[in-house]
This record gives sequence, C-alpha cells and structure tokens, in this order.
Amino acid sequence: MSSPIKVATASLAGCFGCHMSLLDIDERLIDLVGHIQFDRSPLTDIKKVGPCDLGLIEGGVCNAENVEILKAFRRQCKILVAVGACAINGGVPAMRNQYSLAECLEEAYLHGTGIDNPQIPNDPELPLLLNQVHPIHEVVWIDYFLPGCPPSADTIFTFLDELLSGRPIQFAYQQIHYD
Amino acid sequence: MIADDAPQSTTHMTSTGDGSAHELLQRLIELQQTYHHIPWTEIERLSRQLSLSQSHIVGVIEFYSFLHTTHQGEYEIFISDNITDQMQGSRLLAELLAKGLGIEIGTTRADKRVSLNYTSCIGMGDQGPAALINGYTLTALTTERINQIIQRVDASTPLDQWPRSLFEVSSKTRRKDIILNSEYIPGAAIAAGLKNGPTSLLNQLEQSGLRGCGGAGFSTASKWRFCAAADAEKRFVVCNADEGEPGTFKDRYLLQAHTDRLIEGMTLCAAVIGSSTGFIYLRGEYRYLLQPLNEILEQRRKAGLLGQSILGQANFNFDIKIHLGAGAYICGEESALIESLEGKRGIPRSRPPFPVTQGYCGFPTVVNNVETFCNAAMIAQRGPEWFRQVGTPASPGTKLLSISGDCERPGIYEFPFGTSIRDILHACGAQQTLAVQIGGAAGRMIPATEFNRTIAFEDISTGGSFMIFNQNRELLRAIENFTHFFRHESCGFCTPCRVGSSLLAKQLSKVMVGHATAKDLDEMSILGSLMQKTSHCGLGQTAANPILDGLGKFPSLFQSRLRATSFEPAFDLDASLEEARLLTGRDDPDAHLEGGGV
Ligand SMILES: Cc1cc2nc3c(=O)[nH]c(=O)nc-3n(C[C@H](O)[C@H](O)[C@H](O)COP(=O)(O)O)c2cc1C
Ligand code: SF4
Ligand code: SF4
Repeated sequence: MSSPIKVATASLAGCFGCHMSLLDIDERLIDLVGHIQFDRSPLTDIKKVGPCDLGLIEGGVCNAENVEILKAFRRQCKILVAVGACAINGGVPAMRNQYSLAECLEEAYLHGTGIDNPQIPNDPELPLLLNQVHPIHEVVWIDYFLPGCPPSADTIFTFLDELLSGRPIQFAYQQIHYD
Repeated sequence: MIADDAPQSTTHMTSTGDGSAHELLQRLIELQQTYHHIPWTEIERLSRQLSLSQSHIVGVIEFYSFLHTTHQGEYEIFISDNITDQMQGSRLLAELLAKGLGIEIGTTRADKRVSLNYTSCIGMGDQGPAALINGYTLTALTTERINQIIQRVDASTPLDQWPRSLFEVSSKTRRKDIILNSEYIPGAAIAAGLKNGPTSLLNQLEQSGLRGCGGAGFSTASKWRFCAAADAEKRFVVCNADEGEPGTFKDRYLLQAHTDRLIEGMTLCAAVIGSSTGFIYLRGEYRYLLQPLNEILEQRRKAGLLGQSILGQANFNFDIKIHLGAGAYICGEESALIESLEGKRGIPRSRPPFPVTQGYCGFPTVVNNVETFCNAAMIAQRGPEWFRQVGTPASPGTKLLSISGDCERPGIYEFPFGTSIRDILHACGAQQTLAVQIGGAAGRMIPATEFNRTIAFEDISTGGSFMIFNQNRELLRAIENFTHFFRHESCGFCTPCRVGSSLLAKQLSKVMVGHATAKDLDEMSILGSLMQKTSHCGLGQTAANPILDGLGKFPSLFQSRLRATSFEPAFDLDASLEEARLLTGRDDPDAHLEGGGV
C-alpha cells in the first residue's frame, strides 16, 4: 500500500462509546498507523474536515450543528460509514422522540428537581435542537452501516482492514449479529 | 370465586363455551361489545377461569384491532379505509363525521359516547364508502347518512332503533355462470357422498380439478385426501371466512346468499375425512352475518342435515361452530387462523407441518375458503364433467370476482377461468382503465398493455379481488394505501416484515412528498426483494408487491417525483428547527438550516 488513506471521525448525538471501541483495537492500532492518517477527529482536534477517503460517524442527528457536520463529512468523504446503533437508528438519544421538544426542555430547564433560575437556554452559541433525533441516513447518503452498541473493536478493525486491502467487506457472524 | 366488584360476566357466547383457553378470544369479543373495552376485573377473572396469565390475555387483546384495554366509545365507529372506499369519498365523509361528532379521528370523545377510527377494508367495495358501528356494517355512506348517524349518536339512540336502511348490504350478482345458475338441492351432495363413499367422492373431486379459491389454488381433492390419510383420532373441518384481502367481498356474498351450499360442502368434507366438528372462522367485520348463519345452522339441524345422525346415518355426526375474528388480516393465513381459533394471537406457524397433518389442537385439519366448499358441494351434486365444461385444463370451472373501483357496475361476477381482463372490464362497464389490481393488495397491478392476459392459475391467479383504476387516478395513492395496509397488518413476528413494511412505508412517503432521489428507489427494490425472500409467511412475502410492481410496470410514477440531486434528506431540515426557534425566541442565521441534500 502506497500513501496512507485519510480518515475523519465525528461523534454527533452519541456517547463516545463507539470511538472508545475504535481505540479498543489495541496493539493492532500500530499496524494501522502506517496506513491511516487522521483528519478531523476528536483524536486530533482538527476542527474542519478536509478531503478524506473515509468518514466514520458515531451518533445520530439531534441538532443543527450535527446536520452541518454530517453534510460537511458527506461533501468531503468518499466513503461514509454509520458506526453504531445511534448513527443507524437514533439509539438512546432518540428515546426523546416520544416527547415533544417543549416537554423535554421544560423538564430539563424549567420544572425538573433542583433547578435554580429556570430558563430555556437561548444563547446563539448553542446549536438549536431538532424536534426529533434522526438516524444519519435520513440526512445524507450512507455507504456502510456497522451495527452494535458499540460495534466491537474487532468489527471495526475488520472493516478497516478489508477496506484497506480492497477486499469486499465481509464479517464473521458474531461481528455483526448479537443474538 | 367471582370478585364482588367485578361486573356481571356475560353468558351468551359466540361458540359454545367449554371453559377452555380456546374460548379466550370469543369471551374477549363479547366483553368488548358489552363494556367497549376489556375491564381489568374481567382480565383477572378470565385469568383465573381459563388458567392463563394476565399478560397472555393482554397480549391477545393488543393483537386484535377491535379489542382494547382503554375505554372506547359506546358507539365504536370504524371507517373502512381501502383505496376503493377512498375513491368513493370516504376520507371526506370521515372528516365530516368527526367534525359533526366533535372528535378527532383516532380518538374517543371525552364523554365516552363515541370513538372514531379508520380500519382496513371491510369487504363492501361494491357499496362503499362503508363503516362499522359496534361491529355492524353501515353501507353506501353519503353526507345525508353521515348526518343521520351524528343525530342518532347525539341522541344516544340504541342501534336496534336506527333505520334498517343504513345497514342494508345488497348482494348484487352481475354475472352468473355454471355455479350460480345451478340449482342447489339440499342434502344432495351429502347423500351422494354417503352413498358412494369417500374414495369415489375424492375421485370425483380430483376429476373436477377443483382448486382452492382462497388464492393459493391448491388441489382440494389432495388436501382432503392428505387429511383423511393422516393417522389421528380426530379431524377438523375449517371454513376460512376471514376474507381480509382488500377489495374482496365474494365470500360475504356466498355467506349471505348461499349459506346452505357452504354448510353442505363442509358437511361433505366431514363425511369424506371423518370429522365431527367444524368451524366457520367469520371475520369480525361480518358480524352482521352471525345471527343469520346461526339460524341456518339451526334449520339444517332440524332438517337432519347437520348435527346427530345426518341424513339418518347413525354414525355420521357433525356440527359447526362459528368463531368470530376481531380485525386482523393475518388471521386469513391458515395457520394463523388456527392459532386464532385456539383463542391465541394470530401468529402464523412454521410450516410444515401443514394443517392437513397438524392443525387445530394438533389434529389433522382441512382449511378451505368459502367458495371452495360451495363449489365442492355443487360438484358432488352435479359431477366433475359439469364443472369442467368451462374454464381451462389447468384451471377448470369458474371464479367469483369482487369487482370494485372505476366501473359502471361493481359487484359479484362469476367468470369461467381463462376469461381475459379486457372482457371482464367490458362486462362491468369500465372505461379508460389505467390499471387493475388483481388479487388484492397482495396481488398484482396490471397495466393496460397486459389486459389480454387471463384470470387463471397459470396466468394471473386471484382470490377474487378486482379493483379498477381509470386514467384520472393517481396510482401512487393506491400503492401507498396497500403499503400502509401491510404495515398495519404485519403481525410483528418476524423482522423482515415487521421492520421492512415500516421502512417501505417511510421510503414511499419520501417519494410522495418529493424528497426522494434515484438511490431511494434502488433501496426500495433491495428491501422489497429481501422481504420477499426472508419473511416468515405470505403476508411479508407479498407486502412489497405494490411497490415492486409499481417500480417495474409504472416507473414514471416514481421517477417524475424524484429530485435530480444524488440524495435528499427524508425530512425538512429547517422546519424541524421551528419548535426550538419558538421555545428560544431565536431567529439568528445559526437558527436556520439550508435545505437540500449533498
Ligand atoms: C396473509 C394471508 C391472508 C390470507 N387470507 C385469506 C382469506 O382471507 N381467505 C382465504 O380463504 N384464504 C386466505 N389466505 C390463504 C389461506 O392461507 C389458505 O391458503 C386458504 O384458506 C386455503 O383454502 P383454499 O385451498 O380453499 O383456497 C391467506 C393467506 C395469507 C398468507
Ligand atoms: S451506539 Fe452505543 S456506544 Fe455508540 S454512541 Fe450510541 S450509545 Fe454510545
Ligand atoms: S411475514 Fe409478517 S405477518 Fe408473516 S409472520 Fe412475519 S411479521 Fe407476521
């Protein structure tokens, strides 16, 4: 393999568990280092995504900033992957979808227990919440889905390994099934 | 022990109560009729009486559309929402009714007087728009009739004092052929069966080539033969009168106008396979037929055609119970139907074993469609040559069609197998036809270029639903209606169908609102064929047909609504920030999102 592939990652409405699972690749990370160069990612702290071969997205879409980041990733990444249950289905954050946004914010900022100076935050610095949490494929085209909460390190490694080697992407049953 | 606070239990049951768990569904239907919900005290009581867990009982209640744990109105109204009802203006009438009653569709009024919902096709395609009120069918709704309904609900007039005309179900036969033109002679088929013996009767049936009329077309003689040959101490005869396929109503007609033929056919089957108990599984939507059917059963008992020692034959005893459904299309699938007969949720069994070897309570069971039994009776009476004189070699005899939609003369038509769609359209006065949906939502959508094709098992097979769309119709609406039907009716047992039917409905709505791109159509095809290949039963295997047929035969319907971009979001990005803007009072540039895809 000649030049390393460029990879960007982002955590939208997720818990960073999927990123932790990526790091869980352990010593195999060393094998990958020569082949991968990170662009925007919580691991590099680069803020703006540049042209990349691969984008890994953890978490669903819950606010305006998530939408912007996701669209930027789609513009810049040749291959975009939904990593984990939240990206694929909305996951835990989407449990708020059965309530209205007003109900959620009022519970959190107005009527909940132990609230001092109740008010709904409206600072323009804060991204506005969408009225529902959406899976990322409802906003942009997604090329691959890695199921799991989080997908195991093994699954993520297999995916990267197969992608790098140019093989069709295939998993052992246990890597993507949880029954 | 009966709890003191429990309301008085109802004693009159649909089928003879034997206190077993099999009675559960029938008991629940009675309770729903009495209390307009199933009270907890009754769930507790049933749990004790039938030795079933409360959660099992709640599971059954939640499975069936017509049963509720929450209080419905004293008048429970369901508007039939098939596409043919919609084409006759049902949606507008439903809104009018909702407005007049001061209620939103899908809710119960605060005073518990009335609840209003949509429901799947109730089998009145030739006389819609139609609705159910406390289980009884209202037909040919108009604004005038809607006003009559509103007045009577407001005045709390008991249903039995409503004008009969509101409930009139007409049985118009527009075309008769050998079956409907032949006179039925009471007892003749049974007498022939008893005189010549089972082997001879099965041979006759085989020579006639009769095939199941419920849609699948399995040889009736083989089915009866397999059942008779299965080693068991008991056997059962079951008539599938669930008729849930959208657009079909020919079984309703037979149940209403030719009840004796049906019962004769079932009794004949009992004589052939050696059975003493039969069931008619009557869909809940046809509750209005329950009493007349029971009356005819009683008449036949008196006439020695049913019950003990039929036709004087000391060892031939056979009786029939009627079992009501409660609003679940899947219960038309024969193994789900048997589960439902046993009082459970109607979840299809794994097959094999097929019902002919292990059916009701594990005993060999023949399940046949209403029309199949009627035809079997007439074949026993008139002989196989008579039946074969029309039809094709592979599909002998005739088929009853339920014709509805855009034509001058909707109704019941008996046509020989092998008749072309063009001839059928001509006979019912259809003009400028764009497409015909044959075989119901699970069937096929046939474009005008294929109208020379025929109704036959070897060409287009059908259980009898025939819905016509003319050139003024938006076919995508029909496809959407059928897709939503499957999403609603999926029993939820297996993932490809439970999740797939919801995903299909979502993707289709993305197309309808103009947010879809070519990639979404590819996704729908992939998903559809996955559902066909991997679903547990026929429902999931056919649920994608409307979309796949649409994509295959009417691609422009979809393509004309696509965006040119490579991908579009499934929802309006900026609009979904509106609620947050209102809550925060923000309107700065960051409080907005640009629409469109990447
Ligand atoms: C989802 C589904 C619904 C069905 N609904 C009906 C029905 O309403 N009436 C019917 O006779 N058969 C229905 N069938 C077919 C039955 O499973 C069965 O094949 C039929 O009752 C056999 O009778 P026949 O051989 O006389 O046609 C349905 C099948 C499926 C998969
Ligand atoms: S999928 Fe699981 S691990 Fe990944 S972000 Fe969501 S909750 Fe966290
Ligand atoms: S295919 Fe659908 S209806 Fe049939 S068992 Fe699966 S979920 Fe139930």
